[in-house]
Amino acid sequence: MDLSFDLLGNAIVSGLLLGGFYAAVTIGVSISFGMLDVVNIAHPAFIVLGSYIAYMANAQLGIDPILASIVVMPAFYLLGVVIYHIYDVSFERRGDASIRGLAFFFGILFISEVALVLIFGVDYRLVSAPYIGPSLHLGVVELPLRLLVPCLVALLMTALLQVYMSRTFIGRAIQAVAQDPLALRLMAADPTRIKRIAFGLSIATASVAGAILIVIQPVEPSIARDYIGRIFAICVMGGLGSFSGTVVAAMTLGIVESLTSTFYGPSWSPAVAFGFLLVTLAVRPAGLFGRI
Amino acid sequence: MTEPLLQVKGLGKRFGGFVALSEVDLTVNNGERVGLIGPNGSGKSTFVNCLCGSLRNDQGDVTFAGHRMNGLSAHQRIRRGIARSFQLPRPFGTMTLAENVLIPILYAAESKHHIGSTRARGRCLDLLQMVGLHAKADAKPAELTQIEMRKLELARALASEPRLLIADEAMAGLTHREVDDILALLMTLNSQGVTIIMIEHIMRAVLSFSQRLVVLVAGRKIADGAPEDVIRQPDVVAAYLGS
Amino acid sequence: MRNLWFSAVAVVVAALVFAAARLIGNPYVYFAGYVVLQYVVLATAWNILGGYTGYVNFGTAAFFALGAYATVVLHKIAPATPLPAMMLVGGVLSALTGLGMGYLTLRLRGTFFSIATLAMAVVVQTLVTNWNFVGGSRGAYIIRPSHAPLFSGDYTQYLFLVMLGLCVVAIGIARAIEKSRLGFGFAAIRDDEHAAEASGVPTLRLKLIATALSGGLMGMAGAPLPYYVTYLDPASGFNLSYAVNTIAMPLIGGTSTWAGPLIGAVLLGTLQQVATVTISSALSLLIVGVLLVIFVIAAPRGIVGWFRR
Repeated sequence: MDLSFDLLGNAIVSGLLLGGFYAAVTIGVSISFGMLDVVNIAHPAFIVLGSYIAYMANAQLGIDPILASIVVMPAFYLLGVVIYHIYDVSFERRGDASIRGLAFFFGILFISEVALVLIFGVDYRLVSAPYIGPSLHLGVVELPLRLLVPCLVALLMTALLQVYMSRTFIGRAIQAVAQDPLALRLMAADPTRIKRIAFGLSIATASVAGAILIVIQPVEPSIARDYIGRIFAICVMGGLGSFSGTVVAAMTLGIVESLTSTFYGPSWSPAVAFGFLLVTLAVRPAGLFGRI
Repeated sequence: MTEPLLQVKGLGKRFGGFVALSEVDLTVNNGERVGLIGPNGSGKSTFVNCLCGSLRNDQGDVTFAGHRMNGLSAHQRIRRGIARSFQLPRPFGTMTLAENVLIPILYAAESKHHIGSTRARGRCLDLLQMVGLHAKADAKPAELTQIEMRKLELARALASEPRLLIADEAMAGLTHREVDDILALLMTLNSQGVTIIMIEHIMRAVLSFSQRLVVLVAGRKIADGAPEDVIRQPDVVAAYLGS
Repeated sequence: MRNLWFSAVAVVVAALVFAAARLIGNPYVYFAGYVVLQYVVLATAWNILGGYTGYVNFGTAAFFALGAYATVVLHKIAPATPLPAMMLVGGVLSALTGLGMGYLTLRLRGTFFSIATLAMAVVVQTLVTNWNFVGGSRGAYIIRPSHAPLFSGDYTQYLFLVMLGLCVVAIGIARAIEKSRLGFGFAAIRDDEHAAEASGVPTLRLKLIATALSGGLMGMAGAPLPYYVTYLDPASGFNLSYAVNTIAMPLIGGTSTWAGPLIGAVLLGTLQQVATVTISSALSLLIVGVLLVIFVIAAPRGIVGWFRR
C-alpha cells in the first residue's frame, strides 16, 4: 500500500516534469498551427534537428546542450523565416494550402529524417551534462535533475514568449493575425511579415525543445514521428494558440503517460497520446468547427 | 387559409455568452417575396444559417412545408426545398460552370424525381441560359466577373429546384444596372412560384422587391409588415440612423 | 458501357504485362514488379480519398500493415485459406478501421483527420509491437508455398499475378468513380465542403465511403506482403516509406485522374527499384522526398497537368 503510494506520487511528479517538457515541444506548434493556421507537421523534425545540433556541440566541443541550443536559436529563426516564405509563395497565396501544403511539410519531415539517418545512422545518441544523473529528494519523492532542468527551461521559455506576445507590438500583431486579419490591417501591419516572424519564432523554439529532448532521452532520427500525435493532441486540447492552455494540457498528458508507463509499461505510452488526441477531437469539435 | 410554407417559432442561438438570435418568429407564405434587413451584426447571417441547417439553433422550431426541420443537416434541408445563395460566392473552383450547376441537380433535385444523366446536362444548360451564362458553360469560375459569379451562385441554388430561395446579399458590390439585372431575375423566379427571402443592404432593391419587410436588430425581430410602414417605424429609423 | 470497355482494355493490358514478364523469364522481374504494382494499388487507393475528396491520409502504413498482419493471423489459424480470401479479410479489416477513424475525425476540418491518421500509424504499430501472437517486435516468419497454384511457375509469379489483378480492380474503381455521381460529390467536397453540403451533397457519408474504400484497398494491397517477404516485423510493415511513397506518387503523377497515381507509381516505383540496387535504399527514399517537395511547389498539377490545359 505504502509502496504503491510512493509509486503513484513519483509517477505524478515525473509526469508534471515531463509535462513541462511537452509544453516546450508543443509551444512552437501552438504558434504555427494555433495562431497562424499553418499545419506544420514537420515541427518534430526541427526538434530532432535541434537535438542533433546539441549532440554535436556537446560531443565535439563539450558545450552544455541547452546553452548550445540557445546560441543557435537565431539560425533556427532564419530557417523558419525561409520555410515560411516558400510556404507562403507556393501554397498560401495560391489558395492551395490544404493538400499540397500538408504534403510539403510531410516531405520536409521525411527528408530530414532520411538525411539524419544517412549522416548519423540509426543509433541512439545522448549527451552529457552535470545535471544528467543526480536527483533531488523531497521525502519519498525523487526529482531527477535530468527532468527538472528541462522542465524549468521549458516553463521559462513559455513565460518569455507569453510576455513577448502580450507586451510588444509584434507580439500583439501576431495574436491579431490569429483572431482577425482585418484588424491587423487597421494596425497598418503587413500580415505576411507578421506571420513570417511568428513562424520564425515557432521554429526557434524547436532548437531549445530539441536540446531538452536529448537531455531527457536518447535520440534517433525516427523519434520525431512519435511526437506528432502528442504535440497536436496537446495543442488542440490546450485551445489552439493559448500558451497557458498548452502548459495545462501538456502537464495533463505528462501525468497520464507517466501513470500508464508506471503501471502498464513504457511501450504503451504512444497509444495514450493518440487516445488523448481522439478524445480531444471528439469532445471539443464545437470550438474548432466554427472556424472557416 | 392554407398552411404557410415556412414557420419559424422562438428561434434562439448563442455563441458562448453572446446572444446572436433571440425569440425570432417568422411566417412566410407560399409565393411571397420577403425582405430581411438589419444593421451589420444584427444576426441576419446566423438566421440564414439556422434556416439552412449550417448552424444548429439552440431554441425554437423551424417548420417547412409542414415538416419540422430541427436536427436536419444542410444537405437534407436543401433536398426538402430550402436553397440559399452565399453572401460571398463559393463556386466549386476546379469544375466548369456546367459541372457547378450539375452538383445540386445530381444531389438535391435528383432526390425529388429521376432526371437521368442526359437530361441533367440539358438542365445545366437551361439554368445557365436563364441567368445568361450559357456561353460560358465550359469555363472555370476563376474566369468570371463579379456579377457573373453572383449569377452562377443563383443558378446553382436554383438547380436544386427549391420552393424557398434565400438570397443572401446577392447584389452587394454590384453596379446600379447589375442590381437591376439580378432583381429582374429574382422577379422572374418568383413569378414561376419560388418563394424568396431577400437579405440585402441596398435599400432601393429591397424596397422595390419585397411585399413584406422584416427587420432584425441585435438578434431580435423589431418589425414585420408592409415595407412602407416598416421604414417609418421609429425604432427601425433609430436602429439605422442611430448606429 | 464505357466502363465495360475500359475494364476490357485494362484486363488485356494486364494480360500483356504478365505475358511479357513470362517471356523475359527473369525471376527478378516478378520480384521488383510486385513492388511497383503494390505501389500502383496504394497510390490509386490514396488518391480516392486524397485526390478526389481532398483529405490527406498519412496513415497508409497502418492500413497496409493491418492487411499484412491479418494475413499473418490467418496463416497461423487457417493456413489453407486461399490468398484472395485473405486479401478480402485484410481489406474489410482496414476498411472498418478507416470507417471508425473517419467517423471520429471527419466531422472536423480536414487537417485534424490528417493529424489523426499520422498518430494512428504510431498507435497501430504500438499495438502490433506489443502483440506476441503475431511475433511482437521480433517479427513473424511465414513459410510460403514453393509453387504457384493454378498454373506452373514460382510462387512469386502468383503473387505478381494477384497484385496485377488488384491493380486492375483498383484502377477500375477509381475510374468508375471519377465520372460518376459519387465522383462529382467527392470533387465538390474537395473544392468547397460548405458549398457542397448546401448543394445537397451528404458530405459526411461521402467522406466515409471514400475513407473506407481507400483504406480497404490499402489493406488488400498489404495482405500478400507476408508471403512476399516471408519474414514480417513491425519496422518493415509500418515503414514510413509506404506513407511517403503513396503521397508522393499521386502528387507527382497528378491527383485529378486515375492516370496520375498510375504514372507516378510506375515512374517512382521503377526509379526506386533501380536506385536501391545501384545506389542505396536510404538515398533512393531521399530522392522521393525531394521530388515530392519539388513537385508540390513547382508542378501543382503533376505530370498529368503537363498534358492538359
